Amino acid sequence: MSELRLEDVDAGYGSVCVLEGLDLHVPTGSLTTVLGPSGCGKSTLLRVVAGFHRPSAGRVVVGDRVVADRATSVPPERRRVGIVPQEGALFPHLTVAENVGFGLRRGGARQTRVDELLELVGLTGLAARRPAELSGGQQQRVAVARALAPGPAVLLLDEPFSSLDAGLRADVRAEMRAALRATGATAVLVTHDQEEALGMADAVAVMRGGRIVQHADPATVYLAPADLGVARFVGETVVLSGRAGAGVVATRLGPLPLVANGNAPTGEGLAVLRPEQLLLRPDPRAEYEVLDIVFHGHDATVHLAARDGSSRPLQARVQGMVPVRSGDRVAVAVHGTALFYPVDDADDPVSRGLLR
Amino acid sequence: MALVALLPLGYLGIRALERGPRAALEVLLRDRTLDLALRTLLLAGAVTAACLVLGVGTAWLVTRTGLPGRRALAVLLALPLAIPSYVAAFTWISTWPGIAGFSGAFIVLTAVSYPLVLLPVAASLRTADPALTEVARSLGLSPWHTFLRVTVPQVRSTATAGSLLVALYVLSDFGAVSVMRYDAFTTGIFTSYRASFDRVPAAVLGVALVLVAVVLAVTELRARGTADRHDRSARATGGLVGSVDPVRLGRWKLPALAALGALVVGATGVPVAVLVRWLTTRRTELDLPELLDATAATLQLAGLGALATTVLALPVGLLVARRRGPYVRSVELAAYAGHALPGITIGLALVFVGVRLLPGIYQRTPLLVLAYVVLFLPLAVGTIRAAIAASPRALEEVARSLGRGRLAVLLLVTIRLALPGIAAGAALVFLTVTKELPATLLLRPTGMDTLAAEMWSRTSVAAYGAAAPYAAMLVVVAVIPAVVLDRVLRRTRTRVDAAAAGTPS
Repeated sequence: MSELRLEDVDAGYGSVCVLEGLDLHVPTGSLTTVLGPSGCGKSTLLRVVAGFHRPSAGRVVVGDRVVADRATSVPPERRRVGIVPQEGALFPHLTVAENVGFGLRRGGARQTRVDELLELVGLTGLAARRPAELSGGQQQRVAVARALAPGPAVLLLDEPFSSLDAGLRADVRAEMRAALRATGATAVLVTHDQEEALGMADAVAVMRGGRIVQHADPATVYLAPADLGVARFVGETVVLSGRAGAGVVATRLGPLPLVANGNAPTGEGLAVLRPEQLLLRPDPRAEYEVLDIVFHGHDATVHLAARDGSSRPLQARVQGMVPVRSGDRVAVAVHGTALFYPVDDADDPVSRGLLR
Repeated sequence: MALVALLPLGYLGIRALERGPRAALEVLLRDRTLDLALRTLLLAGAVTAACLVLGVGTAWLVTRTGLPGRRALAVLLALPLAIPSYVAAFTWISTWPGIAGFSGAFIVLTAVSYPLVLLPVAASLRTADPALTEVARSLGLSPWHTFLRVTVPQVRSTATAGSLLVALYVLSDFGAVSVMRYDAFTTGIFTSYRASFDRVPAAVLGVALVLVAVVLAVTELRARGTADRHDRSARATGGLVGSVDPVRLGRWKLPALAALGALVVGATGVPVAVLVRWLTTRRTELDLPELLDATAATLQLAGLGALATTVLALPVGLLVARRRGPYVRSVELAAYAGHALPGITIGLALVFVGVRLLPGIYQRTPLLVLAYVVLFLPLAVGTIRAAIAASPRALEEVARSLGRGRLAVLLLVTIRLALPGIAAGAALVFLTVTKELPATLLLRPTGMDTLAAEMWSRTSVAAYGAAAPYAAMLVVVAVIPAVVLDRVLRRTRTRVDAAAAGTPS
């Protein structure tokens, strides 16, 4: 296993640019998820690394070997980059064992290696089956075993769980994570599912508009998003306009302490909270009214509006028993710190629209 | 590859203009030519209209109504495609000699070619989302208005494409019109070629026929493109296909059943019954060694034709399935154009090429095999392309990332997975070669008689009893690859166009 490095990579189809100056570094033995909305270039990123698509600028380095730059393009079969496509793409004419052994040289060691990998993904008894006789989750596990068999330097997974049922997905995901850990694989998994991205990886790279906008551990990405767009993409947000100064931001919910991260912002901007930071208390004289309650099972979202209509609706997330009902008046308190993005950081039209 | 198809035609054009454009124009404007053109167009128009009505009607009856036995009927109704037009014509005329001429040609060609409309229309009715009809009903439309405003638009372009195929089939048909002694363009070309040493009239007529056929084929291609787009957008997106409640026919049930029954009897029952009758009552005229010789010759030619065509079609199929761009598009079109070429003109063109340019193989097997390649390359390319396009590209990419080189991936994955489709293409060509008549008549080596040629020459002198064993053997020889083909296609679910199954003979 070795590290993967993309430096200032541009790629596109015809005149359409999909990747623009993309930088990404995946350290040896770690699992990074690339999270982004559909059409942000995630799949192109994988195709560039695997060697199916040639970048128009920049370098791709696997270990200490340049596999793609202006002058060279190592063909896919010599890159030692394994790939697990969406839906698995197992060879329908081969058995499970033959699929796993496809990338191995003939010989005695081949059978041993196939057995070893089938055991790793928990499919020992199914070696003689055909792909059509497997469930979706089993197919996905065979696809991972097949990609790992030749001992690739880097493993790429393209939304590998998107075709599975929600119930099955969590199990397969956990097993795959364990299998990857066990082999110490350097892996990149692309997905548009925030839960998957945050829950599986050592690091999350958030992709937007053909570049990586934030690359950090999952907690940092969620708790300290690089900008408003990332904050809104990785989870639900409560956005309030406010004025920052002296470590606090003044909003209609009162002064909120800011995250102490070294720089002290000042001036107009947007304060961002997560819905679970809002605490509700019934109070007949309070200025907020409960519009609606959406029950999720483990928690519920409470939609609030100011009675005088002077601000946008807010959402609070409440665990367990919900202490209020639709039409109740509630007082809103905030716990924890707020994030603050100055106005000129409001980089997309949506966040500009939130400033009101 | 496209050159193989276009070169003989180019040469046909050269021969047509050999004595200058004035002479060619003079041939075109002869009363005889105009008469042939008129008669051919009349026949094509009548058959197309009849097939459109029969095809759409039967398709709707077997897919959307609660008619008892409609599944079995759907299979029976498609059978005529497997019967060569001249065999059907033989069975009709040998039973009712009075129908020779327009009415006979009209009946026989309608009976063998209505499935060209029925099959694609039924397929698009089956895949169309029944929810569309249900929504229309829930918005207050009566069943009849729903049919007119929802169902008809759904199948309109498919039906158009199917009708154009029928027109193309009639235009190119040589067997049925010659057996029915109806003077059409194809028989006119043949007589003109046989009757005089002056090759210019035959060549001019040949070129004219090709031009009309190509116009029809291009129109068909466009209509089919529209149909495919409609099918894709109307395809069920999640609901259960076919879960829609069938239309109840009420008191129309019996008339509908009677009409379908009559169609099955006329199109399939008559040929089968007549063949069986001839075979069981007129044994004396059978010359067994001659029949076996003709069978052997037919099998040999079909085998060679299928082999040569498949080998040449493989690279074209790979190219058009996996690459995009104007060059590939033009290769595809050129290969497709072959599908529009009437057998009689390809035969004629290769006669000219053989006489002037390749005297070494004229009236020998290689030239005839070349004619089969030109005629049936599109069939094989179509099937191979569909088979290759059906296997996801991701499989090839995975194989590359697992360390296998380009060539290994091509053999181990791409071709391996397409193998059933490639075999199906070969079987299809084999089947079609056994039925081919006009090019075989013109180009067969001296002394080599195929089943089709033997049958035709006996029928043309009204020796129906002597023709019957050849007709029966032809059906047997054609049925074997048809069964193989059906098995393969069912297993792999490769789609073959109706166009591929019904080739004019």
